[in-house]
Amino acid sequence: MDRIKGSMKQIVPWVVPFLLLICWQVFSWMGIIPEKILPAPSDVFQAGLSLLGTGELYEHVSISLWRALAGFLIGGVIGFLFGLFNGISKYSDLLFDTSIQMLRNIPHLALIPLVILWFGIDETSKIFLVALGVMFPVYINTYHGIKSVDKKLIEMGRAYGLKGKSLFFSVIFPGALSSILVGIRFSLGVMWLTLIVAETISTDSGIGYMAMNAREFMQMDVIVLSIVIYALFGKLSDMIARYFEKKLLHWNT
Amino acid sequence: MNFHTEEPIHVQLAGVEKWYNELNVLKGMDLQAERGEFIAVVGKSGCGKSTLLRLVAGLEQSSSGFIYMDQKPLKSLNKHARIMFQDGRLLPWKRVIDNIRIGLPGEWKGKATEALENVGLGDKKKEWPNNLSGGQRQRVALARALVHDPELLLLDEPLGALDAFTRMEMQGLIESLWQQKKFTSILVTHDVEEAVALADRVILIESGMIMMNQEIPLARPRQRTQPAFSMYLEMIMDRIMNRMPKKNYIVEQNYQMS
Ligand SMILES: Nc1ncnc2c1ncn2[C@@H]1O[C@H](COP(=O)(O)OP(=O)(O)OP(=O)(O)O)[C@@H](O)[C@H]1O
Ligand SMILES: [Mg+2]
Repeated sequence: MDRIKGSMKQIVPWVVPFLLLICWQVFSWMGIIPEKILPAPSDVFQAGLSLLGTGELYEHVSISLWRALAGFLIGGVIGFLFGLFNGISKYSDLLFDTSIQMLRNIPHLALIPLVILWFGIDETSKIFLVALGVMFPVYINTYHGIKSVDKKLIEMGRAYGLKGKSLFFSVIFPGALSSILVGIRFSLGVMWLTLIVAETISTDSGIGYMAMNAREFMQMDVIVLSIVIYALFGKLSDMIARYFEKKLLHWNT
Repeated sequence: MNFHTEEPIHVQLAGVEKWYNELNVLKGMDLQAERGEFIAVVGKSGCGKSTLLRLVAGLEQSSSGFIYMDQKPLKSLNKHARIMFQDGRLLPWKRVIDNIRIGLPGEWKGKATEALENVGLGDKKKEWPNNLSGGQRQRVALARALVHDPELLLLDEPLGALDAFTRMEMQGLIESLWQQKKFTSILVTHDVEEAVALADRVILIESGMIMMNQEIPLARPRQRTQPAFSMYLEMIMDRIMNRMPKKNYIVEQNYQMS
């Protein structure tokens, strides 16, 4: 492995996807893959360009991004705060943890019919669902991270005169950070998944709507485009999360 | 908080007991450490050595009895003392220099740098603890304890995880820093030779009680090859292993310090 040079390491993982793409394109040209089943990559690209031209793409993508971000922030902050307090305070733990663990077992997507009845199909329902989905993984991992900080390090901190805030910021929070970041990364996946489902079922804008709308007009290329966009955003958010993990946990290498 | 008192402190334990639920770990300990004295505590695993140190550090409270620091009863965290642990307990997310400054008030930079230089790691300031060797990590832990100029240094098997060479080297370092800074010191160790090499007095704990309290009046620096050294070593080992003494131990006057 050592002999594989840096630049090669960057390129090699992309060889298989690239070859698949080429095969797909070639098979489409040859008619082996019928257009009605799967449009050629070039067609999808074309559809993307034309939707970009009309401004439709921008509109749908930005509304989806906004929903994802708002839901993620709301759910993430709530989950983080509860995880934090329940991890630190015995009383808060005793009061809330069991209830949260119970709620966690309800699949949040099962609430869609209820949520539509509550909020209709406007923004609130989507943001609510995303927030709900994001909250639990962030909660669990923050809670667990804080609970499992090495007791010996905490004892050391106390012995060296740290307490309260200084103990939290020097020992407890950094000790829990890697677990918290795992929770955040996991919840980013939940965020996109929830959004895809919510937008497909009930909405009048967004990437999911774009796909469902295209289905009615049999626009295969737009459907595939929507899928590709979701995939790209999923990958992008994962990359951002990884970047922060690397940056914040660089002592761990 | 004032860590700059140059005077070493007097430590006294009076009838200290420690219970963990039904388990009586320490059963009435009476012990005194004179100012600047170096005491080593030996005993089999699980006999309560670490518990004793945690009590003196004020990290836990005794079930009964008192601990006096310069005649004043210890009620909470012991601000005169700094403790160094077997596993170092450096914070892996802080660089070496930031580990040393933990709990240091005010102007820390000069002090922390000096402490690091005292243990011979002046060039490792910016290193992550994970990138240090075991011996280097323990040096950092020692520097972190000493940067506060403690009047009492508590060492809980600080060298247990090190190889024989590094251990000898570290023993020399601890001894010279102790001679230089004149703090009172309590060292818990598994290694009886280490106890005899460093301590003015060796305490043996067995089933929660002090079973032996042996002065080691050898002059420093101590030669491990000298007969009196081996004699003390053997005497303590015999006592720990409950062997009958093979011969009479005669302390030769010319090896005594005073
Ligand atoms: N927090 C605790 N709760 C319950 N029991 C404890 C606790 N701390 C220590 N003990 C028990 O007290 C006894 C003494 O423990 P201690 O750590 O003081 O032993 P030790 O002499 O330091 O042993 P070693 O040489 O292996 O480090 C052990 O039986 C241990 O199980
Ligand atoms: Mg111990």
